[in-house]
Amino acid sequence: MSQETLNVRRMLCPLPVIRTQDKVKTLQSGDILTVECTDPGVMQDIPAWCRINGHTVLETRAENSEYVIVLQVV
Amino acid sequence: MLATKAVMEQGIHVEGINFFTGFCVEGHTHAIRKRDSDKPKRNNSLWVAEQLGIKLHIIDIIEEYKQVLLNPKHGYGANMNPCLDCKIFMVNKAKQWMLENGFDFIITGEVIGQRPMSQRKQTMPIVAAESGADDLLVRPLCAKNLPATLPEREGWIDRNQLFDITGRSRKPQFALAKQFGFTDFAQPAGGCCFLTDESYSLKLVDLWKARGKRDYELDDVMLLKVGRHIRPKPHFKMIIAREDGESQFMSGYKKEYISMNCHSHRGPLVLIDGTADDDDLHLAAQILARYGQGREAEQVEVTLRDQQGNERNIVVKPLLENEIPKEWFV
Ligand code: SF4
Repeated sequence: MSQETLNVRRMLCPLPVIRTQDKVKTLQSGDILTVECTDPGVMQDIPAWCRINGHTVLETRAENSEYVIVLQVV
Repeated sequence: MLATKAVMEQGIHVEGINFFTGFCVEGHTHAIRKRDSDKPKRNNSLWVAEQLGIKLHIIDIIEEYKQVLLNPKHGYGANMNPCLDCKIFMVNKAKQWMLENGFDFIITGEVIGQRPMSQRKQTMPIVAAESGADDLLVRPLCAKNLPATLPEREGWIDRNQLFDITGRSRKPQFALAKQFGFTDFAQPAGGCCFLTDESYSLKLVDLWKARGKRDYELDDVMLLKVGRHIRPKPHFKMIIAREDGESQFMSGYKKEYISMNCHSHRGPLVLIDGTADDDDLHLAAQILARYGQGREAEQVEVTLRDQQGNERNIVVKPLLENEIPKEWFV
């Protein structure tokens, strides 16, 4: 099980979702991905994308105009 | 949404594809402008997929789409929207995806006569033929008004359970939505693509004219969506943030563009696109001052910043409103 980080700062939705989707394709089941963003829209879109695809959102947090989403690949 | 539901009702497995050209309205703008922040921040495609319980694949076609927008074989619509070429391109991509992922046919939500350019009865066969999808392209909402496609002829899908909607009225769609039990019904009414927007299209054409070539990068596409654009001279343009959300978004571009803001008074962030010399920057600072709280002051101090972050301040007299010609506004 690996832990990876994806930097999608400055990208606006849906690009963070697209990059997350493409990164997840390269990961294995159980892997954990931390996505670092600046578009507040990700707080809705990435969890929605995870629900559709069955991945688990472990954590979402907003800190200093940045948004971090931690997910586990199904 | 309705086309998908109609097909799913027949027990057929459907997955969604959403193409991102860079010009899509949703996502970007609502995230930038605080003014729009009370609007729902959801991504419509994801929301629809979730309502339907299907997977959604969002595909980045930003680079490939350039050729469609720059050289559309069938021309543009009312603005810079190359709808027919765009449809052909997307259906072609969908066909490739279908083949690679073991699917049997493609469905779209098109309705004959709904859009002036790409959804006329004459253009529907063009999309099917030029995309290479041919009779693997099913339009469930108006299928009964079109020749039977292969999935219908082969009985993979029951043509009798498809529809014969035509025209611009959305009443039949609303009735169908009700029948399917959708209370919140997301259907784009042409407002989902910046290329159909007149003021956006004018800014895009202005950019090409100023650069002497028809080309663009994703950053250009993004920055055309924000701010007030003023071109005082052919060789440079100012992008003036209209509110804090835009200033914050634009500050992410300080390493790519010369930027300026008023030092002595509150005011917006400005990016300079093009090549500006000292006189140009002085003029830009005077214009910038017009948009800040120092607009009535005798003099204001403006901070100029180059792409490396080196700053210097200059003192300028704000221009009066009538000193900024209308023609400068892009
Ligand atoms: S509105 Fe935009 S995305 Fe839709 S078909 Fe036309 S060019 Fe393509």
